[in-house]
This record gives sequence, C-alpha cells and structure tokens, in this order.
Amino acid sequence: MSALFELQGIGFGYDPQRPVLSGVDFRLEPGERVALIGPNGAGKTTLLHLMVGLRSPQAGLIAAFGRVRRREADFREVRQRAGLLFQDSDDQLFSPTVAEDVAFGPLNLGLDRVAALERVRVTLERLGLTGFGPRVTHTLSGGEKRLVALATVLAMEPEVLLLDEPTNGLDRDAAARLFAILDGLPQAMVVISHDHLFLERLTRRAVHLERGGGRD
Amino acid sequence: MSHALGVSRPRGLEALPEGHWLQRIDPRTRIVAAMAYAFLLVACRDLRVLGIGLGIGVGLMLAARLPLGPTLRRTLGVDLFIVMLLLLLPFTTPGQVWFQWGPLTATWDGLWRGVEIGLKAAGVILMLLVLVGTMDATRLGHGLHRLGVAPKLIHLLLFTVRYMGVLRREFLRLRQAMRARGFVPRSDLHTWTSYGYLFGMLLVRSLERSERVLDAMRCRGFDGRFHLLDSLRLGQADWAFGTVFAAGLILLGGLEWAGG
Repeated sequence: MSALFELQGIGFGYDPQRPVLSGVDFRLEPGERVALIGPNGAGKTTLLHLMVGLRSPQAGLIAAFGRVRRREADFREVRQRAGLLFQDSDDQLFSPTVAEDVAFGPLNLGLDRVAALERVRVTLERLGLTGFGPRVTHTLSGGEKRLVALATVLAMEPEVLLLDEPTNGLDRDAAARLFAILDGLPQAMVVISHDHLFLERLTRRAVHLERGGGRD
Repeated sequence: MSHALGVSRPRGLEALPEGHWLQRIDPRTRIVAAMAYAFLLVACRDLRVLGIGLGIGVGLMLAARLPLGPTLRRTLGVDLFIVMLLLLLPFTTPGQVWFQWGPLTATWDGLWRGVEIGLKAAGVILMLLVLVGTMDATRLGHGLHRLGVAPKLIHLLLFTVRYMGVLRREFLRLRQAMRARGFVPRSDLHTWTSYGYLFGMLLVRSLERSERVLDAMRCRGFDGRFHLLDSLRLGQADWAFGTVFAAGLILLGGLEWAGG
C-alpha cells in the first residue's frame, strides 16, 4: 500500500537567512499514528500547514494520497481528505452557532441542507455533543470549543487527522475525554503535543524535529 | 484617563432569555415592525400623535418587562445627540415670539419643532431597543438574511460579534501585562506612547488572527460562499403580534391624517 503522505527534502523559512525546516523527510502510512515532537520553533505547526497547502515549501516535494501536490488547486482535495485541528479553537469556530460551524465543511463539499444537517447530527452525537447544535460558539467553554472544533473537522469525513496541540489549554477531565474520543477513531493521525503521556498513549511512532531537519 | 479605555460594558440591556414572549416572535416580524413604526413616526407632525406613538413604545417596553432605568437612559443617551439642536431651534426658527433674551429671540414655533424632533427620536430609538435590541446578534443576522439584506453586511456583523469577545480578551491580557509592570495612565508622552503600542499590537494580532481564521476556513473547503442555517418560522405569535402592531400603526396614521 502506498503512503498517505510522503514529504521529501522539505525546506521552508519565513526569513531566507534562517530556515525553519530544511531537508525534512516524512512519511505517513495508512492507519498510522505519529507524534511530531521537537522544541519550540522547530517548525512542527509549519509542517502540518505545508501538508495541507496553507504554505508552500521553498524546496522539496509533497505527495499526498498518491499524487504530487504543488498548486492551490491540488491541495483542495487534500484538505478534504486530511483534516487539520488548529491550536486555537477560536480560529476554527467562526460561525454563530455550533450547527452552522459543523455544517460549513459539508456544505462546502456540496452536500445539500438536509444531508448537511444530518451529518451535523451524527457527528455531534458521536462526540457526545448531542443538543449542542443551536449553542452559540463563543459562549462555549475551552473544552467544549475543542470538541466542537474536532467535530467540524470530522464532519468532512477525512482519512487523516492532523492535530496541532489538541490538549493545549484543556483541564485533565477535558483532556481525558478528548483522548478517549481520538483513541477510538480509525483515521491515521499526526499529533503535535508537549504532553508526553498523551502522546505515548495515543501514538506508536515519534518523529523528532530539530531546528532545521527531521529524524525518526 | 483610565475611563477613556474603560472596559465596563453597559449593564442591564442584554438579549432576552429564551421563552420570553418577545423571543417567540420571529426576528423578521420584529425588524419589519420596528422599521414600519420608524417610518410612520418620522412622517407624523402632530404632537399629540407623536405622544401616543411614544406611548406605544413605552407600553411595549413595560409589557416586555425591560429594566426601566437602563432602557430609558439609553433612549435619552441617543437623544443627547440632538439636544444642541433642540436648544438652538427656538432661537433660529422664525415665528411667534416666546421670549427675548438680550439680542436673542426665541419663538414658540421653534420650541414645538424641537419637541416634535425630540419625540420622534425618542420613539424610534425606544422601539428599536425594545423590538430589535432585545435579540442576540445571531438571531438578528438570520432575520436580516431572510429579509434579503446583502450577505456581505450580515457576515461583517456576525464576524464582528464573534470576534469582539476574543479581541476584548486579548486587549485585557495586554493591559493586565502593562499593569503588572507598574503602568499607571498619566497625561504624559510615556502614557500615549504605551497606548499607541497597545493598540498597534492589538491591530497586528487581529490581522494575524484573521489570517488564521481564513486558513481554517480554507481547510474546510471555503470557496467564498457562506451558508447560514436558521430555523426561523413564522407562527401564530407572529400573526397576532403583527396584527395588533399594524392596527396600532393604522390608528396612529389615522389620527395624524384626521388631525392634520
């Protein structure tokens, strides 16, 4: 079976003098759960953003789902099949109500209103958020926001989950609940976290990113 | 000085709780009713009719059990804008002399004209506060959308409401960090420079956040179109309210027409 993601010799920097990533290779196989670890500023978030085409690498090749991806148009499909959970859920939840936010992705995929609302119902139910639909997003607690943000990603039915600090800012109960949900999901995952216990329990393999390079 | 950057929000006037009789009336009905009332009141000239019109507003306010103090204070607050106009009008309108004060002559015509404008403004503001000001922004956005208001304006409104709280928290954090290092506002250059940095930083962070929000939207296949999902339905409450309200407006119009 071919890899879901295959990155070769990736180089990227906001400032050409000081590259964030250089010569990074990374592979994600189907069903695999990989931890992405490294010090602050090692480019972990940047790498996830490169994988879904929010930034373009200055060097190297990105292949996703069996095809090399270069342009914005190539990445449209990648973003449907690989869902990115942002570090700050306030960035992800922009709609007035939870239902509208969760439906945003499915409606963009071309589902009609009825099908989208059904997708919203099923997704919320799976995450134990039944009845959250009409809630106003900015009045949710931090833990609820993170779960709803995960719901907005899962509602697109992605094959890969890219999780950027999923437990950041959550208390122990909320983190435990999130872990239970993530552990039960079938998707391949790439997880960034500083919570080592969380990573040890959730992932099998770890990739270390140093400043300017990647190693298993 | 610290007042200029005060962060207290006006208390007492918030969206009414779910289940309140006014919340059972569709936002569209309320917006249209308030607009119709505003247009009619602006067209009326008879002071008695305007008085009755304002009375309808006060009656609705009482029926909705809005907090009296904050509601009236806010109505008068908007009227303060035209207080200068009201003070000047008697002296600038020609007509029957009311009194003379040095070289200035005040006229009755000017006084009545001022009262007329004051009543109109108070009535319209009060009605907007009671009917529109009592719904949360989400409902208002959905209602405006269904009434065919340009989507760009509605999204501007909804985004503003969504991120106002986030920006406010960011502002509070920055200000707290300044205080923690002993910052006390004074009227000197250091204070103004620091406030300049504070607002500059707030702008930069807002811009960065807006970029992250757009990134998150692109990740979910955003293509420039928005989809609002609402569950607005016109029901019996709307017909009842609409009929009574329309009857009131027709009565007002009739009085004005018969009296004029």
